[in-house]
Order: sequence, then structure tokens, then C-alpha cells
Amino acid sequence: MLDQTEGYVTADGRQIGPVVMEMKNITLRFGGVEAIKDISFDIREGEIRAIIGPNGAGKSSMLNVISGFYVPQEGQVFYKGAPRPQMKPFEVARQGIARTFQNIALFEGMSVLDNVMTGRLTHMKTGLFSQALWRGKAEAEETANREVAEKIIDFLEIQAIRKTPVSRLPYGLKKRVELARALVAEPSLLLLDEPMAGMNVEEKEDMSRFILDVNDEFGTTIALIEHDMGVVMDLSDRVVVMDYGKKIGDGTPDEVRGNQAVIDAYLGVAHD
Amino acid sequence: MATTPTGAGGLTSVPALLHRNATEFGDAPAYREKEFGIWQSWTWSETRDEIEALALGLIDLGLNEGDFVAVIGRNRPHLYWSMMAAQMCGAIPVPLYQDAAAEEMAYTLGHCGARFVIAGDQEQVDKVIEVQRELPGFEQMIYLDPRGLRKYDHSKLHQYSHVQDAGRAKIDELRPVMQARIDKLNYDSTCVMLYTSGTTGKPKGVVLSNRNVIETSKSSSDFDDLRQTDDILAYLPMAWVGDFIFSVGQALWTGFCTNCPESADTMHVDLREIGPTYYFAPPRVFETQLTNVMIRMEDAGKFKQRLFHYFMNHARKVGPGILDGKDVSLFDRVKYHLGELMVYGPLKNTLGFSRVRVGYTAGEAIGPEIFDFYRSLGINLKQLYGQTEATVFITAQPDGEVRSDTVGVQCPGVELKIADNGEVFYRSPGVFVEYYKNAESTADTKDAEGWVATGDAGFIEPDTGHLRIIDRAKDVGKMADGSLFAPKYVENKLKFFPNILEAVVFGNGRSECAAFINIDLTAVGNWAERNNIGYASYQELAQHPQVLATIKAHVEEVNVSVAQDEMLSGCQVHRFVVLHKELDADDGELTRTRKVRRRIIEEKYADIIDALYDGSSEVSTTTEVTYEDGRKGSISATLTICDAATSAVVTKMAAE
Repeated sequence: MLDQTEGYVTADGRQIGPVVMEMKNITLRFGGVEAIKDISFDIREGEIRAIIGPNGAGKSSMLNVISGFYVPQEGQVFYKGAPRPQMKPFEVARQGIARTFQNIALFEGMSVLDNVMTGRLTHMKTGLFSQALWRGKAEAEETANREVAEKIIDFLEIQAIRKTPVSRLPYGLKKRVELARALVAEPSLLLLDEPMAGMNVEEKEDMSRFILDVNDEFGTTIALIEHDMGVVMDLSDRVVVMDYGKKIGDGTPDEVRGNQAVIDAYLGVAHD
Repeated sequence: MATTPTGAGGLTSVPALLHRNATEFGDAPAYREKEFGIWQSWTWSETRDEIEALALGLIDLGLNEGDFVAVIGRNRPHLYWSMMAAQMCGAIPVPLYQDAAAEEMAYTLGHCGARFVIAGDQEQVDKVIEVQRELPGFEQMIYLDPRGLRKYDHSKLHQYSHVQDAGRAKIDELRPVMQARIDKLNYDSTCVMLYTSGTTGKPKGVVLSNRNVIETSKSSSDFDDLRQTDDILAYLPMAWVGDFIFSVGQALWTGFCTNCPESADTMHVDLREIGPTYYFAPPRVFETQLTNVMIRMEDAGKFKQRLFHYFMNHARKVGPGILDGKDVSLFDRVKYHLGELMVYGPLKNTLGFSRVRVGYTAGEAIGPEIFDFYRSLGINLKQLYGQTEATVFITAQPDGEVRSDTVGVQCPGVELKIADNGEVFYRSPGVFVEYYKNAESTADTKDAEGWVATGDAGFIEPDTGHLRIIDRAKDVGKMADGSLFAPKYVENKLKFFPNILEAVVFGNGRSECAAFINIDLTAVGNWAERNNIGYASYQELAQHPQVLATIKAHVEEVNVSVAQDEMLSGCQVHRFVVLHKELDADDGELTRTRKVRRRIIEEKYADIIDALYDGSSEVSTTTEVTYEDGRKGSISATLTICDAATSAVVTKMAAE
């Protein structure tokens, strides 16, 4: 197991910082179903942390706990050292957490640029009235926000579709637009729910590249769910493995790969 | 004209021209680039300051006079500046094709022994790092876009803006050094070295002097009355001589503004936003645009379709005449103006051609229908004929004498002669100095009197003085019965069909001709979609019976047209095969400028060629393919071989 106190240095030489978010003995129930059973792990500053597991393992529930959307019945979530109270989604966003969704949740009728701009909403201070009148600070604020949006559009290489309505885009590009919208919020913690689901090999390669670049360029801490093992092992610094709501493994990709419980969960075991 | 000085007196180098522009029209825009969704622009005086800062930084890094500086990347102002900065240091810029694979790059970098490389982004940096062990001369690399490069070993690697900062910091110390180097430049110093695309064998480094570049820029700018207020869009490869002349040579001479698109994908949107007044595109670009217009019209409403076709028919009838200033009846003129209002104007606006005053196409023959389409809209599209060795311009079409089947009359200062075997020779101030480190090839191409062999066979029309090009001289051969074999002539006719992307005709020394054909995936795919024809791959679509039937009809139509020409009637295509993969530069089948490499194709597909001539009805084949990142794979297919009807030879041409 890794040293849990001061952070660590990754294989490619990145310095990983202290714990940003810590899950302590989380249990989440839906009625009588225990989706998550007594799970503890942490996410450190600057790392790419993956949560993997077979279908129905409770990965998405876990991500929803991290994002504050689900409140666990037992256990506590610590964010930046302090226990986190129950929050509304916009309050979570203001804390610097942004996410993408497994089933793309964009505004289909709006252009890519408009969709990306919605990611800046938490950074807008001027009121409805001055924005409607386009007076005073509103204009300057829009310009500043647009600049951030354009930098991300450039970063993710979606300039060519800036004005295209989202409904006309192929799946892989929609995923990229969603990532752009999450990034313009300038999050300190980025949650990605199956960023490569349904993509072809080339799109997966592109997306992996972008995830690595985001982490490298902006120093964003990333927590992602994925069930493509190959991708996860290449991308992440540390991996949590879940099965039937329980944590069955936690560590570097190599450690996890050699873990018998993980191998059994993925390949199945013979029942006597 | 006050702003265009005549005579090259004193202006004998790129830095001198830059200095003149910065003093004479310092506040006029020199370069624009769309970045972060906005057109960023630099005036001539800002441009000079940026270039000087970089030049000082390069000297600080140890760039010497006579060194080669390779520049690799997409069209960006900073990379154009890199070339000019190298010239200010007395070094020689060598722009390279950015889509070249690492090993191709290793050859050119090794051949010129570039000490410095200026790369656009991580992709290019990676390629150079991959091959740097084969490059003993390579010392420093400068990159423009820092993205993804932070963790790289920076002992030999520098960020562009940091080099400029270092240069600015040492301005007092280094400026005299730079000025001394600029002062040493004269009309015969080397301006740039450009690698030919290498249709045959390895690329050759063409050395062009300041005289070549400036004289050519001057005469061609005069020929088309280019102005300081013109705008061009720089989107063609920087390694290509045309781009160097348009975006550096003519831009510096006339002081017009060079606009760089945001990315390769946004080129069409950027074209529309800028609305260039001077525009160059290879026939392929015009073809694609026309195909797109036609596809979109098919999806338009009935009323719009009728309006479009009605006015386009009228435009085809009178448009070119109006453009050439010929007599057109008042009624037709009024109707044309109405069409301009309803159809042509909006269409030109969509295409980005609203402001085009001078448009050129070259590199390949352009289909007459395509050419006439643009001209009938009132776009002054013309053809020119040139090559790297001539610093582009050999012949061009003057306004009012534009036709799709000639390449125009000789440009000012150019002399032409046709050798006995039909090969075209020229002599001009633009004639290159030499092939770098290749005296043998230099001597083969350029004789003692300065005449250069183009390698193209052609003739000058006696009544108009226009040059017509038939084919590459070495590709022109004889059929078994002794009649003339000119493959390109037939291939071009085939390629004029939107469904056919590429064609290769064989038949030298044989009794009949046969052809390889590549379908155009955009056009054929759209047709398949409209007709509910499902296909899983390019290969499956290419071998679809209805596609084969369509192509067969095209081939037979071409045969009819070829039969009209007494001299070339033997070149009718008897049998053909639709290939299972697109011919590709990555596989070495085309050059980077997308010209067919016959020898390589003949070797690679020898089994298919045999099948074309031994009468079999299909052939199974396996072909090696190279992916963009250099990995190799293979595809196998069974291809149907089709027969095409040929037409009886017309012995005497009736009317024409």
C-alpha cells in the first residue's frame, strides 16, 4: 500500500499532493438494497483516480456520493479536510467540482459554444437585469467568460464545431463538448462518468489524450469511472475496484492487476 | 502607384522588404490568425518587431550564417516569421511538409543538415525527437505551442516566446550582430530552400535566391495588379513553393495581408469570414466545394432547386462572357444581375468568394465543368503553370483570355521553347540556383544557358500563343502499334466525373489500355445514402455492382471523347478495376501534393495489372497499408474486373 500521509510521486514523475476528498465507511442504501457497503478511500490532489468494477458494482452510485448528489446513510465525506454537509448541486459546483455524465446531458438545441458557456454560470456575478440590458459589468463579464470558454475550445480542438447545434454532432464529439463544459467551470476536482463508453478505438485514444492533457496542463484532480480495463490501467495513478457494492481492491494499476479478488470479479470464479 | 515601388533597387532581400513595409505602411495589417474564436492581427511594424525579437533570440542560441533552419507546422504567422527571422540571421529557412512521417522528415533534415528546427506543436516535436539520433547536425529545437511539452527534456528544446524574450533582453548586445548579417545579404544570397514533393525518387532541395523570389513576386504582382489592400488565406502546406511565394514573397512585395485559419478543419468557415481578394486552390478544393454545393442543393426544397438550376443555366450561358468583357445583350445582362441577387451572390458568399478579384488553380488539370461553374458565377478563376524550380510562375492566363484547356501565356520575363520530343523548356529570372548537394541533377535539369526542362510534354497553340500541357514527358509513351500513349490525358478526363477521385491508366508498350479507379467516397457515399444502398466499408461500396455499372458508364463516355482525338485515340480504356483502397501518400502511392507515382503503383499492384491483361474476370489481392502513425497493416479483397466498350476511331474530326 502507498504511503497515505504526504502524497507520492507517480511513475512518470508527477508529484501528487495531499488528500482532497476522503470517503470514510460509506454505506448507501436504496430501500433494502445496499448499493455501497462500507467503502473507504481517498482522492489526492493532482491524481487521476479511477473507480472500476463490473456492471452493477455501484460505481455510478459512488460517483454520485462524491458529487454530493446522493447522501450516504452511514459514513462521512471529507472535502479539503472538513466533513461535507448536505449540499444542493449548485453549491457543489461552487466548491470547484464539475462532472460529465454517462448518458450525455447537453442542451441539444443549443450550439456547442452556448453549451460550453453554461459551464461558466457559477462564475457569473451580474444579475438577470443587467445581463438582459447588456449594460455595465455584464458585457465585460461575458467577454471574460467567453475567453475562458474559447481557451477550452482550443484546448479540446473543437473550433470547427463551435457554432454547430449539439444535436447534429456525433456521439464522440458530444462527449468532448461535455468535457469542455465541465472544464470551463475551472474545477479543482473533475468527475468523469464513463468518458469512453460507446466510443471506437480512435475516439478512445483521443479522449485519453485529452484527459491526460487536462491533468497535466491545469493540474486538475480527476476521478473517473470506466469499465474498459485497458484504458483505465493506462490512464490512472490509482484504482479502486468495486464489486457488488464492496471495495475489493485499491492501489496502483499494477497492484490491482495482480489482485486475485479483482481477477475473480472480472473473469468470474467457478462456483462449487 | 505610391505604395508599390517599381524597380527592386535597394530591396534585395526579405529583411529589406520587411523593413520597407514596416516603415511605409506600418499600421496596415500584415498577418491575421484566428485564435480563440477571434481574428488576431499584427500590423507590419508589429510583425517586424516580433521577427526581430525572434532573430535576436536565435542568434543568442547560436544560429550561424549559412545554417539551415527547418520550419515544420501548419500555416501560422509565427512560423512565417520564423522563416524571415532565419533570413535576418543570415541562415536559410527550409519549410517541411507537416504531414510527412518521421522517416521522411529524417531524410530531408539529414540532407540539409539543419541545426535548428522550429516546430509548430507537440506532434512535430515528437517526430523530430524520434529521428534525432540519425541527425548528427541537429542541435536546437524551438516549439510554438507549449501544450503537452512541459515535461519534455528542455536541454535542446525552447519555447518560441521564451526565445523571443531572450532576444529582447539582449537587444543592445545582439542588434549590431544581426544588422551586420542583414547588411551582408544581397540579391544572390539564398532566400529559401524548398524540397520538391518527389514524384520520382527522393525529394530534392531546390535552392532559391533572393533574386528568384523577389523578381518573381514583383512581376507576378504586376501581372495581376495585386494591391497592398488585398487579403489572402494561407492554408496550403508551407513547404510548397506556391505558399512561400504567395504568403511571403508577394505579401512582402505588395504588403498585403496574410490570413491564417484557426485549424485545418475550420478552413471553410475562416475562408467565408475573411473573404480573400486573392485566392489560390488546387483543382481538388474547387471540386470538393462544387460537389458539396450540388449535394446540398439535392437536399434543398423544390422551389430553391428550380431557382438554382434556372439561374445557373443562364450563368453558364452568359457568365463567362460577361466576366471576359465580351458583348452580351442587355436582356441577358439584366437577367444575370437578377441571378446575382437571387443565386450567385448568396452562393459566392457561402463559398467565401464574394470578394475574390484574382483566383488561381494549378497543379493538376481542372475539369471544364468545374472551371466554368466558378467563372460563370463571376469569380475570376484562372489557371497557371509552374513548378518549384521556376519559383512557381512559368505561364498564367491573362484576364480575358481564360480557358479550361490551356495554362496561359508566359509570365513577364519568362521565355519558352518546345524541344523536338515535345518537352517544354523555360528560362526566367525565377530559375532556381541549384539542387542542394546534387550537382548531377542540377546539370540534368538546367543547361549552361539557363534553360530548364519541365519534364512536361506540351505545345504552344499557334493562333493564341497559349501553352497546352499533355502529360509528363517521361510518362508519354507508345502503344504496341506505335500510337501515342498519354495516360494523364485520359486520367484527367476520368477524374472530371465527381464519382471518380483518382485514376491510373496503364498501356505503355501494350496493345490496349487498362485503368485503376478510385471512387470518391463523398460523392458515391451520398448517392448510396439517397438510394438506400447499405455498405459497411469503403471496399464494399467500391465493389457494389451498381457502383461498378456507373463507373463503367463513365469510362465508356471518356472512351467516346478520347476517340475524337486522332492522335490519342489509342488510349481508350478497354478494361478497368475499381480499387479496394484509396491511393494514399502514406503508402507512397501518391506524393504529398497528391500526384500519382506510377512506378510504385505498378510494382505494388502487379498482380492486379496482370489480371487486367490476362482476361480473368476477378482477382484476389492483399495490399499492405500504412496508418498515419506509421504502423502497418494489410487488407485483402476480391476485385471484379470490368470490360468497357470502346468507340470507333474518328479518322477526321468533323467540326472542331
